Amino acid sequence: MTDSPAIRFDALRRRYGERWVLRGLSFEVPRGQVYALLGRNGAGKTTALRTLLGFLQRDGGRTEVLGRDSAALTPEVRDRIGYVAETPALYGWMTVDRVLAFEAGTRRRFDRDRAEDLLERLGMRGRHKVDELSRGARAQLALAVAVAARPDVLVLDDPAAGLDAVVRRELLEMLVDAIAEDGCTVLMSSHVLSDVERVADRVGLLADGRLLVDASVEDLKRRVQRRRVRTAADAPPAVPGLLAARAVSQGFELTLLDHDDARQAALAAAVEAVSPAETPSLEELFLDLLGGHGTAGGPPPGAGPAPTGAAPAPDTAPTPDDARPLGAVRHHPANGSPT
Amino acid sequence: MLLRIDPAASAPLFEQLVQGVKEAVAAGQLTAGDKLPSVRELARELAINPNTVARAYERLEAEDVILRRQGAGCFVKEQRSSLTARERKRRLAAAMRRVVTDAFHTGASADEISAALEAELDRLDFPEDSP
Repeated sequence: MTDSPAIRFDALRRRYGERWVLRGLSFEVPRGQVYALLGRNGAGKTTALRTLLGFLQRDGGRTEVLGRDSAALTPEVRDRIGYVAETPALYGWMTVDRVLAFEAGTRRRFDRDRAEDLLERLGMRGRHKVDELSRGARAQLALAVAVAARPDVLVLDDPAAGLDAVVRRELLEMLVDAIAEDGCTVLMSSHVLSDVERVADRVGLLADGRLLVDASVEDLKRRVQRRRVRTAADAPPAVPGLLAARAVSQGFELTLLDHDDARQAALAAAVEAVSPAETPSLEELFLDLLGGHGTAGGPPPGAGPAPTGAAPAPDTAPTPDDARPLGAVRHHPANGSPT
Repeated sequence: MLLRIDPAASAPLFEQLVQGVKEAVAAGQLTAGDKLPSVRELARELAINPNTVARAYERLEAEDVILRRQGAGCFVKEQRSSLTARERKRRLAAAMRRVVTDAFHTGASADEISAALEAELDRLDFPEDSP
């Protein structure tokens, strides 16, 4: 049991009516790791998390938490999972104290002292009603309650959405504490990439219902670089490892994977000039890779200018062959190379 | 100890931590016997993943910069090199080559590089009887 990953997605498929939201989502989170699931609004992050927790049915594939099928989680396993929804499910009429008493009554491993500790540190009073709390305070209460139940797996759906920097830092500290104290596994979706850069061991970029990238943050920094090239051509040079290209004045800005000396030589020969390498931040990488991805399967980046009004990708379930592993960084160039 | 990290920088966080501690030791801000913050304290202070801090400490221990005492925490080690004279010479030459190569490619002159090296050396805190 301890050898199985804490979380496993295996070719998960899910549709709403005729629209496929997840088309073969696969990744694993080893125990004790922090995994951040990134993607644009509507990419299917919440659907993935809720399916993992067994709240939604699958239309194909399989998901597991702590080695158990999501579709058949026992109360014992559920007790080991913490979940904070994007809009935390708290009763507005309850006082903070009442929330803690309620949680203590429903969750076997709930540590009330710890919850009170966490809330005291934030200056939150027990007699306040949830309705009277600010949005940030409600998010903090929800995370404190989840963490105090000492979960083995913590699933967070965009916990920092719309919150200010101070509240976000406090949430981050609480999360860091929980990881340090309990060694829990974390799967979080997020749009706050500077936070993700701080805490995530790995990131997955979700687009078109699958992972465009599944890599450690360090790997991304080590293996992905950006260079500007000057060229008169109206398409980016077709070099191996090209993840994305953006037209800039007199040329292109390229995002390149595993750009070694040989590839650099090939690139230099294909264009007039190449700038020194820069490492993109996670935010820049996100923009590079997902900038061209709509929520319903637009054309991929690096495939030249997006054809406006082109027929959308067919909403069919993909074949597993669609995945083209590139070492730890997986990338799906989809519509062929830019030529 | 004042460790600064930049999550958006190109160097991975764990390398930034390793480098930060090494620089603090070299500059005399940390001396032999000083206790480092616990993994949890530092992770919390910097708001980064504790796994990353733990990995940085492991690396620093492997490189003989710090010493981990079971249950007591991590301490800065006496910076007495266990290298042989020949090995020290070899590693020094390799390190200098990296530095001056990078410096050359900034377009600086030999005098400018020399002056910059002097300035950096002045920041460091060498033991009295260093060879």
